[in-house]
Amino acid sequence: MPRAIAMRRLLVALLILVAAALPAAAQDAFLAALPGLAGGFAAQATAVERLGATGDPRALPVLRALAEGRLLKRPDGALLVRGEGDAVSDAATGAPAEATGAEPVRINNRVRAALRGALGRLQLVSPDPGERLAAAEAVFRSRSAENIALLEAALAREDQPQVRARMELALAASRLAAPDPATRRAGVEALAATGSDDARAMLLEARAADPALAPEVDAAVAAIDRRLALRRAAETLFQGLSLGSVLLLAALGLAVTFGVMGVINMAHGEMVMLGAYTAWAVQEVCRTHAPWLLPAYLPLSIPAAFLVAAAVGAVLERGLIRHLYGRPLETLLMTFGVGMILQQAVRLLFGAQNREVSSPGWMQGTLTLPGGVMVTQNRLWIILFGLAVLGLTVAAIRFTRFGLEMRAVTQNRRIASTMGIRSGRVDALTFAFGSGIAGVAGVALSQIDNVSPNLGTGYIVDSFMVVVFGGVGSLAGTLVGAMTLGVVNKVLEPYAGAVLAKIAVLVAIMLFIQRRPRGLYALKGRAAEA
Amino acid sequence: MTTTTTAAHPALPAARVGLRAVILGALLLLALLPILNRLPPDSALHVSDFAVSVTGKWICYAILALAIDLIWGYAGILSLGHGAFFALGGYAIGMHLMRLIGDRGVYGHPVLPDFMVFLGWRELPWYWWGFDHFAFAFAMALLVPGALAAVVGYLAFRSRITGVYFSIITQAMTYALMLAFFRNDMGFGGNNGFTDFKELLGLPLHTPEARAALFYASLAGLAGALWLCRRVAGSKLGRVLVAIRDAESRVRFLGYDVTAHKLFVFVLSAMLAGLAGALYVPQVGIINPGEFSPGNSIEAVIWVAVGGRGTLVGAALGAFSVNALKTWLTSVAPDLWLFVLGGLFIAVTLFLPRGLAGLFRRREP
Amino acid sequence: MSSAAPPVLYLDGVSVVFDGFRALNDLSLVVDPGELRAVIGPNGAGKTTMMDVITGKTRPTSGTVRFGDHDLTQLDEAAIANLGIGRKFQKPTVFDALTVFENLELALKAPRGPVACLRWMLTGEARRRIEATLEEIGLAARARDRAGVLSHGQRQWLEIGMLLMQDPELLLVDEPVAGMTDQETEHTATLLRRIAEGGRSVVVVEHDLEFVRALGRKVTVLHEGSVLSEGPIDQVQNDPRVIEVYLGR
Ligand SMILES: Nc1ncnc2c1ncn2[C@@H]1O[C@H](COP(=O)(O)OP(=O)(O)OP(=O)(O)O)[C@@H](O)[C@H]1O
Ligand SMILES: [Mg+2]
Repeated sequence: MPRAIAMRRLLVALLILVAAALPAAAQDAFLAALPGLAGGFAAQATAVERLGATGDPRALPVLRALAEGRLLKRPDGALLVRGEGDAVSDAATGAPAEATGAEPVRINNRVRAALRGALGRLQLVSPDPGERLAAAEAVFRSRSAENIALLEAALAREDQPQVRARMELALAASRLAAPDPATRRAGVEALAATGSDDARAMLLEARAADPALAPEVDAAVAAIDRRLALRRAAETLFQGLSLGSVLLLAALGLAVTFGVMGVINMAHGEMVMLGAYTAWAVQEVCRTHAPWLLPAYLPLSIPAAFLVAAAVGAVLERGLIRHLYGRPLETLLMTFGVGMILQQAVRLLFGAQNREVSSPGWMQGTLTLPGGVMVTQNRLWIILFGLAVLGLTVAAIRFTRFGLEMRAVTQNRRIASTMGIRSGRVDALTFAFGSGIAGVAGVALSQIDNVSPNLGTGYIVDSFMVVVFGGVGSLAGTLVGAMTLGVVNKVLEPYAGAVLAKIAVLVAIMLFIQRRPRGLYALKGRAAEA
Repeated sequence: MTTTTTAAHPALPAARVGLRAVILGALLLLALLPILNRLPPDSALHVSDFAVSVTGKWICYAILALAIDLIWGYAGILSLGHGAFFALGGYAIGMHLMRLIGDRGVYGHPVLPDFMVFLGWRELPWYWWGFDHFAFAFAMALLVPGALAAVVGYLAFRSRITGVYFSIITQAMTYALMLAFFRNDMGFGGNNGFTDFKELLGLPLHTPEARAALFYASLAGLAGALWLCRRVAGSKLGRVLVAIRDAESRVRFLGYDVTAHKLFVFVLSAMLAGLAGALYVPQVGIINPGEFSPGNSIEAVIWVAVGGRGTLVGAALGAFSVNALKTWLTSVAPDLWLFVLGGLFIAVTLFLPRGLAGLFRRREP
Repeated sequence: MSSAAPPVLYLDGVSVVFDGFRALNDLSLVVDPGELRAVIGPNGAGKTTMMDVITGKTRPTSGTVRFGDHDLTQLDEAAIANLGIGRKFQKPTVFDALTVFENLELALKAPRGPVACLRWMLTGEARRRIEATLEEIGLAARARDRAGVLSHGQRQWLEIGMLLMQDPELLLVDEPVAGMTDQETEHTATLLRRIAEGGRSVVVVEHDLEFVRALGRKVTVLHEGSVLSEGPIDQVQNDPRVIEVYLGR
């Protein structure tokens, strides 16, 4: 024992030396305020406030111990902190201490209230950024002018942007509570600059409390409203574009089969559905046979879905559709029957219930863009994916031999075949190509929609609307049409609700084709009259 | 070439008389069903309740098929909106039936249907006014589909939207209506639609008398529709429609207002579809937004294709035969039915463009 | 133009532009009542386009098109037809699914609304007119056959018959004798002359110069969308510009 005591003495001496190195005033303030904690409730409260005002890191564990009933008082008046595992240390020095006969220090509500504020202020300078953020939050809510100096001090050292932002908000809020009008005005300005919903509510509160601030507050609120409106508009635009991309993906295959070939394929939705099921199947195969491939199942399923849907499309074109060229209404009915069979086949094979297709981690979560605009990752990916598929489609049509032959056949079948192009083969390839794109769209849709046998049914009407609206035979029209419909839909939604917005868009399209029966990007000349 | 028509100046008047006799015979045979239903169950000629009610349904489908054939077979306009017109007619009568429930609903409200009470509605919305009168509801069953067809048809035909474009537009219309009727706040019972009907024209439903009365009403509707359609098809109007089907712009240069002619038959056809729906709903005792599903419209088109379009009688026949097949197959092998239906779509367009009626006809010269 | 009666058809400064291509270029043409006018010109001269403009199929990019007091650029095809302008197309279009008789019946001048058509009854008078026309076009024996089974020449005749049934003020006839025998060509020329003598105006487009000569009236030569030359056939045929265009092509 004596040896241990000797050791402790040495440690205490060392600690005192270290403490002496601290600025004398702070040391004094902490040590001077500390004993008050052992006094009556009124003295305790004062001591808590004084400790809080020191901004001394040593005060934090002590006050926390007090709040949690872990601050002990020895009969000799020394204050001890019981840490984890019942280790007890001296509150003033931090040195291990004897706890014999020590009793927990009791507090009342007044002390508790003082503790909350003081803890908050001390946490502002805590080494842990998470703690500082929480402290800024607490100070923000307490809204007291006393915190101004503290926050300014904390801000001066703060290097985390996120924490800074919150501290600035708290500072502005604290300034609003200041007695002197100039400070309050500065607070209003600072709040206006943050542009958040919180700031707006706080400004209105301040205006009610102090009518003299009204002109500044009104201007600030207006500024915030402008920013919020802008942000909301940006978010709506994003949602619209992402819906537009879904429509684009669903309609792109149709733009090839219907727009370029003039074949109306009511089984198009089922091609999309097959693509989605392919994604699911690839996922399952990876899971059971090659788990190490599982993270990459989604990129893998894109070519797979293309091939599956393209193969079905080629068989459909060669086996059935080709016999009905020049009879579009019959083609419509026949392909509807095909769609029905495909749906039922999938239902019997895989069941009628939804299939679970997982989203990779990099597609989950949300992203905050500059200006506070929030976007969900998977929607962002779909926009990028839609544009990529469009780009590839355009490239395939523009720059490949197949694309050239395809354009030749659609423009003049007879002349194309006299030039040695096998138009039957080109028809099959074109149809397969369009169907393959639909399959790829299915992979994307598997990420945002339920993978079930009637997945495609929900998209077929919209897809046709996009193609008709954009102008048959024009991929640019399909892009503009899809994006326009997507954005208009999302803009209307807050006012009309999703269903009515959809109906309004359908009606608008019908009225639109009154003015331009051939859609936005009409083909001109004799080709259009055929 | 898509030509199968009833000749307006038939080379064989005898065949025409023969057809008339066949039609009359078939209608009379159908009229016997409710009577045979009254025979004792052990009698060899007894017809079951199920058979009567299911035939009553098919008769309504046959009217719908006639409506589609009039516009598709003659004017060449493939409407994928007739299921919607049918459903609208059904909803109109359904509203009347709901009003007749009165305070016998679950909530016992004297005026409001149950679903409105459930949704906390205080009073009847204005568009429900008048539906307590049968005549008004019945008129609406025809006028609402007619008016919708007039608006959609006018917009489409005026801007010369033809062929598959028209089909797509009407399908979009049907789809939009389905979405709308699924909404609770539309005031048409949302998802669940209307059901639990009690009576019609003082006759409690679910009684054999009511069943027979509805059956005969439907049969009269079929006979009337058939007469009307044959009247149109056999008139110069019918010939103008065929001309429009085959060479629309040429008809314009003859001085015919193609929009007016198309609109006339389209509206007439929509009203017939509405009539079919109005006769259908009291028999099946339920109407819900599923009736608007675009698939229903296309299925009805295939009845006409199977029967043989441009033949009227064939269309009605197609409705009976496809639905008979459906009723039988969905009871013995339900999984198979959609394959068979899909197969029918393919087979009839590829191999039997003139439908069943084409099998009985001599080859065209 | 020197005639005292106001013209039936008056085209002035008419241009039609398709995607930058001028199918008609500042075309002017005046047809008087009772006049039979032949219009000739090389392929692609704009003859058919001119008829399209008159009958409302194509809207002119600029210019005036009048029929009597009516501004034709404001009317649709059916309204123009009902004013009394009948047209026979270059590519004969008849209604294949209908019989020859029914084709003529549809063309017969009568109320054209849907309800009127529904209530239409074939009166003795109408039947007689149809039968007379059937004789005229030599198809009496085929009255009950579908138009779809007729030969090309017969279809030409059927279309001419339909034009007659319409009983129009102004007849626009695009290449009526293509696919006809010499005898039939002769018959057609006589028929058109007789119609003009009856006070109707006729504009005939034709490549067959023998036929134009047989008509023996004023000829208008179109080239690249405008009038190149106008006058009696002999004068036109000796016009060096016309010779150049016909040889140069
Ligand atoms: N809808 C259209 N779109 C584009 N170009 C057109 C169209 N209609 C006509 N043209 C062009 O206008 C020009 C005139 O054509 P038009 O048919 O009037 O000639 P035409 O004199 O009747 O010739 P033909 O003797 O061969 O019948 C032609 O070069 C044709 O290609
Ligand atoms: Mg020509």
